[in-house]
Amino acid sequence: MSTQQVTVLFDAPGPRALVRNRLIGIIGTLIVLALAAGLVYGLRAQLAPSKWAPFLRADTWLSYLVPGLVNTLQAAALSVVAASLLGLVLALGRMSFNRVISVVCTVFIEFFRAVPVLMMMIFVYYMTIFIPAIANLFPGPLVQIKPLVAVIAGLTFYNSAVIAELLRSGVGTLPRGQTEAGLSIGLSIGQTRRLVLLPQAITAMLPALVSQLVVIVKDSALGYIISYPELLRSSQTLASRWANSIAAFLVAAAMFIIINWLLTRLASYLEGRTRARQGRVVVLEKVDMQNPDKGIPDTQ
Amino acid sequence: MQDLIELLQTYNVLAAFWMTIRLTLVSALGALVLGTVIAIMRVSPVAPLQRFGTAYVTLVRNTPLTLVVTFCVLGLYLFMNVRLLPPGVGRLTQLFAWAVVALSLYHATFVAEGIRSGINTVPQGQAEASRAIGLNFRQVLGQVVLPQAMRGAITPLGNTFIALTKNTTVVSAVGVAEASYLMKSMIEFSPNLLFAIFFLMALGFVILTLPAGLFFSWASTKWAVRR
Repeated sequence: MSTQQVTVLFDAPGPRALVRNRLIGIIGTLIVLALAAGLVYGLRAQLAPSKWAPFLRADTWLSYLVPGLVNTLQAAALSVVAASLLGLVLALGRMSFNRVISVVCTVFIEFFRAVPVLMMMIFVYYMTIFIPAIANLFPGPLVQIKPLVAVIAGLTFYNSAVIAELLRSGVGTLPRGQTEAGLSIGLSIGQTRRLVLLPQAITAMLPALVSQLVVIVKDSALGYIISYPELLRSSQTLASRWANSIAAFLVAAAMFIIINWLLTRLASYLEGRTRARQGRVVVLEKVDMQNPDKGIPDTQ
Repeated sequence: MQDLIELLQTYNVLAAFWMTIRLTLVSALGALVLGTVIAIMRVSPVAPLQRFGTAYVTLVRNTPLTLVVTFCVLGLYLFMNVRLLPPGVGRLTQLFAWAVVALSLYHATFVAEGIRSGINTVPQGQAEASRAIGLNFRQVLGQVVLPQAMRGAITPLGNTFIALTKNTTVVSAVGVAEASYLMKSMIEFSPNLLFAIFFLMALGFVILTLPAGLFFSWASTKWAVRR
């Protein structure tokens, strides 16, 4: 992070400023502690040890939380794969020289970026119920996977549009020399895109893709509304058994926060690695167009 | 077309979207205020405040909005009976208030990040020059850096606003009668019009978000700080 930018806002504190900052710090800490204490006091009945005791039982985890977590991760994983593939197709389609394909893909992308994910999920969910041709795709016990299909469909449509735009902007930020080099060795523009530009754009957007996974994991909780038994829903099913709704919310929140925090760490690790490799593999530096003979400046 | 007219005559679609708009505007205001406070805490010279700001952003940003909304409304309001407004106020208004609080708490983290990225667009020289003429932290931030940062933050703030508009649908989980809540009951009452219903409600969101997107991209170039 650019801590340098941030610390420039104030001078290194002198003795008086140091005292004042410490005072503000203490007052601020007291305010936050008071708010936290008020919250804990208000919820004291629900935070009693007896409300946490169920979380020490094996069946709490084995029958509720772990299956919920598995369902959340399963929906997120399937969605990210489907969204990446569809996103790649949409990005290629939007950049296509065929006007019809390009317009169709543009409309698709803009439409699904504007429609809330939840509406998409509700729509697909009711489609699997009310449209006979689609309902027949889920015979017998497969009825159970209708909410899962709706969750995946909602997440896939929205996120494929986002990923397509990420890819397109990734291609856009590559230096023009990449296209020119591809064309000058006799590749067609389509080949240049597929063989030269897209692989670089995909590598460069890997961190953004992992960050998008955080969004997908969070949005999979929307499945709660269409009765998909993901982590939030299963934590509340558990709570209806022990009457410990607040504790169950907090445990589910902690689990979501840990997963997403780990994914964020992974994204920034990948970003660091991509940046370290850029000097060798992916050159994202702009050539000084006033002085093109100088070539690409050294990155290090 | 006939289906759409029939739907508009049978159901109060406009009232549902009016609820969406009210939720969006009030929550946007709340998120902007809270988010600015958190952004200031994160760049302040006071270490504990920085840590509280960072902790809030990390915790809330990694929590699903559905969880924040259900925790506030189902957990705090319905289960624990915590009221935000005096007891005399009707149930629907109480619900609305909690929905706004949940949406504001969640989106404040994105506002804070947007403003912080805006602060990062202000060149160091601006802050250095203001310190050189003797301004203190409050003056540097309030008179020099934040005004420029807010102009640089229009794009991320606009994206947050559009995301907020769409995210108001999540409060249908707790029964606030906004657009997606109406959509659900419309489908349940007239399943034969499923496609028309989806088209109509999706169109509503396109109508809400498209002008907002155009406005923010116009505003970000109009108020861009020329450097």
